[in-house]
Amino acid sequence: MIEFADRNPRFRDGEGSTGMLGRLLRALHVDGVLLAALVLVAGVGLVALYSASGENMAMVLRQATRLAIAFGALLVVAQIPPRVLYRAAPWLFWLGILLLGAVLAAGDVGKGAQRWLDLGIIRFQPSEIMKLAMPMMVAWLAFSRPLPVDLGRVAICGALIALTAVLIAAQPDLGTALLVAAAGFFALFLAGLRWRIMIGLAVLGTALTPVLWHFMHGYQRQRVLMFLNPEQDPLGAGYHIIQSKIAIGSGGLFGKGWLNGTQSQLEFLPERSTDFIFAVFAEEFGLLGLLALLATYLFIIGRGLWIAANAQDTFGRLLGGSLALTFFVYVFVNAGMVSGLLPVVGVPLPLFSYGGTAMVTLLAGFGILMSIHTHRKLISY
Amino acid sequence: MRHTDERWQRRSLVLLTLFALAVAALAVRAVQLHVLDGGFLTAQGDARHLRTVEVPAHRGMILDRHGESLAASTPVDSFWANPSELLAGERIAALADALEIDRTRLDALLRERGDRTFIWLRRHMSPDEAERVTQLDVPGVHRVREYRRYYPAGEVASHLLGFTNIDDAGQEGIELAFDEWLRGEPGRKQVLRDRLGRTVADVQGIRQPRPGRDLTLSIDRRVQYLAYRELKAAVTEHGARGGSIVVLDSRTGEVLAMANQPAFNPNNRQGLVAERYRNRAATDVLEPGSSFKPFVIAAALQSGRFDTRSRIDTSPGLLQVRGGTIRDVRDNGVIDIATLLTRSSNVGASRIALDLDPEQVWTMLQAFGFGQPTASGFPGEQAGLLNHFVQWREIGLATLSYGYGISVTPLQLAQAYAVIAADGVRHPVTLIRSDEPLAAGERVLSTTVARDMRRLLEVSLGPDSTATGARVRGYRVAGKTGTARKSTAGGYALDRHTAAFAGMAPASNPRLVTVVVIDEPSRGAYYGGQVAAPVFGRVMSGALRLLDIPPDELPTVPASVIAAGPQR
Repeated sequence: MIEFADRNPRFRDGEGSTGMLGRLLRALHVDGVLLAALVLVAGVGLVALYSASGENMAMVLRQATRLAIAFGALLVVAQIPPRVLYRAAPWLFWLGILLLGAVLAAGDVGKGAQRWLDLGIIRFQPSEIMKLAMPMMVAWLAFSRPLPVDLGRVAICGALIALTAVLIAAQPDLGTALLVAAAGFFALFLAGLRWRIMIGLAVLGTALTPVLWHFMHGYQRQRVLMFLNPEQDPLGAGYHIIQSKIAIGSGGLFGKGWLNGTQSQLEFLPERSTDFIFAVFAEEFGLLGLLALLATYLFIIGRGLWIAANAQDTFGRLLGGSLALTFFVYVFVNAGMVSGLLPVVGVPLPLFSYGGTAMVTLLAGFGILMSIHTHRKLISY
Repeated sequence: MRHTDERWQRRSLVLLTLFALAVAALAVRAVQLHVLDGGFLTAQGDARHLRTVEVPAHRGMILDRHGESLAASTPVDSFWANPSELLAGERIAALADALEIDRTRLDALLRERGDRTFIWLRRHMSPDEAERVTQLDVPGVHRVREYRRYYPAGEVASHLLGFTNIDDAGQEGIELAFDEWLRGEPGRKQVLRDRLGRTVADVQGIRQPRPGRDLTLSIDRRVQYLAYRELKAAVTEHGARGGSIVVLDSRTGEVLAMANQPAFNPNNRQGLVAERYRNRAATDVLEPGSSFKPFVIAAALQSGRFDTRSRIDTSPGLLQVRGGTIRDVRDNGVIDIATLLTRSSNVGASRIALDLDPEQVWTMLQAFGFGQPTASGFPGEQAGLLNHFVQWREIGLATLSYGYGISVTPLQLAQAYAVIAADGVRHPVTLIRSDEPLAAGERVLSTTVARDMRRLLEVSLGPDSTATGARVRGYRVAGKTGTARKSTAGGYALDRHTAAFAGMAPASNPRLVTVVVIDEPSRGAYYGGQVAAPVFGRVMSGALRLLDIPPDELPTVPASVIAAGPQR
């Protein structure tokens, strides 16, 4: 029998502080250290956005509002005990699949892709739900029987991951599809996926690359080609990467100073307030600023992994680990894309890039991590 | 559970390794971009947003010798556009109105040149008009400061000054010859340009523009006006094709006036043919005819074989030489040199020339400046043609003596007369006023010969002369007419003439030398004495008074009055 024991200070590692703040954080089911790091990054992000938007205060205020909503979502989700999440996992997942189907059938078109679902009151991207629902589902499946996972469950998980990824990729939204698939895979990996299977998957994936290439859209192929050789078309498809590399590289050690980045302020850098805001930051704050920002992100990820490692049950461990790793993928893919290490896929820099839905999902994910950390069950041996 | 924990720990280790590798990759990449490629990428960035632009320099003024403005630059504004930034629509209509150009024309312009990144919309607007365009603030429309040249003297000094093109660079005349002096050096500054090419901010001035220097000409604007007015009147009166006039200060070689017909308005050159741009006084040659006689006679006097009392037998009015026959209008009999000049006897001049050493004549004509451009530095100036004496046959030397078989510019002719005026010294012709002490000049004739020549040229304008129009009340004048048939493809035309008069005043102590050339007078009169001499007389009369040159001939005023000084 599993018992959940809420609000028991004895089980909070390293957080035995009894001050006002500590009591408040405990009451809110919040991990203070993680929250502080998230708020720090979000704050710096607003500063960078002010510069990247061309000193557009309205944009900064809109972003601040979204951040407030997203942190609100974090607080709300943090109150939900892991067992509730456990029970909700399959329901949420199948709801997500349903909505993805609805998007393909009757979704709104935005920027050339069908991603939005208009529910009359709000418009949202069901693929965002899957970022949380996918690892939850895999963790739920893995947790339903003893570990390590057997081949049958691996097959089921693989099928579900593939189904979700295909549905999202069909919108088309390759970036999100990969992220969702990665989130599911991380959960599966943590559940003890056998190396043999992983190697098999890798071989299969490599073998399927030409097939995937065949199904890719023209612009997606171009992105891959451009990644391989951006200088081939410096004014066209290679423009983003070149301008971005120039922005980062010309920043030097200390940067050009806030609001003084020429690549960004003079509009050479495209998408500078969204996907390429990292380049703006790197240009204006230099190598030191960039490394400091990366360090903060790493701290957040590390804290997330630490929380997952210390989770009391496998569901929390798998889910938390998956969420933390997905966050890392976000940061890594964006930073890699902006600095020319990876092809241009539309992955925003979490907490930095201008934009709403993704941020709410992201901080809701951290809400789950905090919930895992703060809702402790009594030891029942 | 233990089994699971071990597995978890192994997995964690793998994960952490991958994690560390990824982070290391990012960090290495960051360092690579910032530190290793930093210089290259910084340069690439600069190449994208830093532009060096020119700051136009103010072109120097051209002034006459008294500091009156002959050419001046005023600031104007021009507009250019990058068509790709200019979006069509009602803004275009408003823009066209503000630019005061036709809407459909602007539309067409933008359509035709839509693929360019730079087109001029309108150049040289007054700053007031330009302000209206700027206030529209149409994106993609850029304003640049330029300078436009104005010529207050208009057509009067048009050939002499020349003009600049729309980019303020000298194209003709003084503007071209002294372009480097006048032009100044455009400054350079670095500006920040955004992706659309708009100048966002000045980064730094690399070099201040150095304004051009003013140029003070030797020209006297009053004399120039006078010369131009009289020349134009004569060309019109005689239905001539064109004409030139040069007024020199014989003591310095400075050009005081230089004018031509036909002329042009340098402030509005639209629809003009290039032919009108020629400064004929320096760029067109003519056969000088009888106005050339004094130089052969000067050579004769200088040789010592002739003097002012020498008498020459010109009967029977024609002279057979090897290669042809020289004719006079009538048989003049035995005449002295002054009469020879008055009656313009070709036979007399030929007889004198044939008596001289050709090499000596040739050397002297060279010394007078024939066959080589003057020192004026005027663009396109002609050297004229003076054949080498070894090529002269008898007929060549004979015809040369009365100004055929040689070509000169009016400016060269004036320079040569100035030698006689300046007691035999040739001062280089100049268009620039110089305040430095005059160079010594080059002696061509002895002072005595020069004075004798002046006396001869003065006497030749006596009562018998055809050139009574050249006389100036109160001043003694020395000079010579010239009427030359124009050479054509098949020899010399019977009905096309160049009428010339060249002379100096006051003859007792010459200050001014004036050469008048009228090209193809067509209303009956064509003799230099009829057509050119009156222009000379009127211009000299005015110029001598304008320049406060004291009269040297006051026959009606008793000497005692002059001694009492000016009391009027």
